[in-house]
Amino acid sequence: MTIWLIIVASGVVTYGVRLSVLVFVHHSALPRIARDALRFVTPAVLSAIILPAVLYIGADQHFSAGPGNERLVAAIVAAGVAWLAKNVWLTIGIGMAALWLLQWVG
Amino acid sequence: MATAGLTGATAVRPRGRRAGSRRTLERNRQLDTLNTDTRRAEFLAGLRAQLPLLLGVAPFGMAYGAYAVKTGLSAGVAQAMSAIIFGGASQFVATRLIADGVPGAVIVLTVLLVNSRHALYSASLAPHTEHLPARWRWLLAYLLTDEAYATAITRYRRGDAAPQGHWFFFGSALTLWATWQVTTGIGVFVGAAVPDSWSLDFALPLTFLALLMPALRHRPALAAAGMAGLVAVVGFGWPYGTGLLAAAFAGMASGMALDRALTTDGDAEPGAAP
Repeated sequence: MTIWLIIVASGVVTYGVRLSVLVFVHHSALPRIARDALRFVTPAVLSAIILPAVLYIGADQHFSAGPGNERLVAAIVAAGVAWLAKNVWLTIGIGMAALWLLQWVG
Repeated sequence: MATAGLTGATAVRPRGRRAGSRRTLERNRQLDTLNTDTRRAEFLAGLRAQLPLLLGVAPFGMAYGAYAVKTGLSAGVAQAMSAIIFGGASQFVATRLIADGVPGAVIVLTVLLVNSRHALYSASLAPHTEHLPARWRWLLAYLLTDEAYATAITRYRRGDAAPQGHWFFFGSALTLWATWQVTTGIGVFVGAAVPDSWSLDFALPLTFLALLMPALRHRPALAAAGMAGLVAVVGFGWPYGTGLLAAAFAGMASGMALDRALTTDGDAEPGAAP
């Protein structure tokens, strides 16, 4: 019973966060500075998800920023593809292929 | 899309039997057909935009399901958590804390902390959904995740008015939701079917990279991404996603600061929104 209560309460608070500005608070009611800052949510959050996923590797999640980091090298290749081609599938395809190749060679 | 302007028009509803001339009715019928076509097209485009992310999400869902039953949760609880909380990282954390016998209130507050970044997504998408009826916004909020946000905001930022963009959002978010529920079930009942050595988890950062790179041509967005990335790497070991949260705020502040500095110098870049 307690576990169910924990899960339902966790679901309610999570839903509350997701509802916050979409339903409860009107976007135009936010202060100007908040609305200005919100324009940069996308680059900030995407970059904050990508970089640790590329730089902390292995089962022990150790930091590695050298050429021995296969994920880093593959991500740099993929970034170049994304910059030039602006194509999601091509970026993933070449990025995954680069990672597999490096893992196979190394 | 050539029909985008037309389909955005609101059909004139005849009030009473007399008001609807044959011409108006015919025009409404055409608009309804176009709207339906556009909705389907947007929904399917959203579904397609989510597909690359599924490469990474599917193994993650299986890993969660397998982990949840391994730590002692019943199959029903493990599966219900995916429907009720619907947030991968927070489900892993909650599962571990339940197994550790941590007090319930602490677990709920931890889940709140891990998922608090969704408030930024909610606020970022709000201007694009405020014209929608409340039932739509309640539905889309339930389905809001990192992956749904990244794809939906990319659609909204494409530049056209996207009058049916919520169907894209819905198509993308629902695709992820369904995948998460099914893969949780596979993980619970079968186990993690994809070996780690395939590195499919790498598909997630790769997809986000593909969505991020085009935005970086805009210098303030580049500053936001650079600062956020730096703080996220420094704060990687911080508990319960606080590093990611700090990174998001630091990045947003940097982007805004540079944007304002450039604007004050009379060097404003047109189309300031990344």
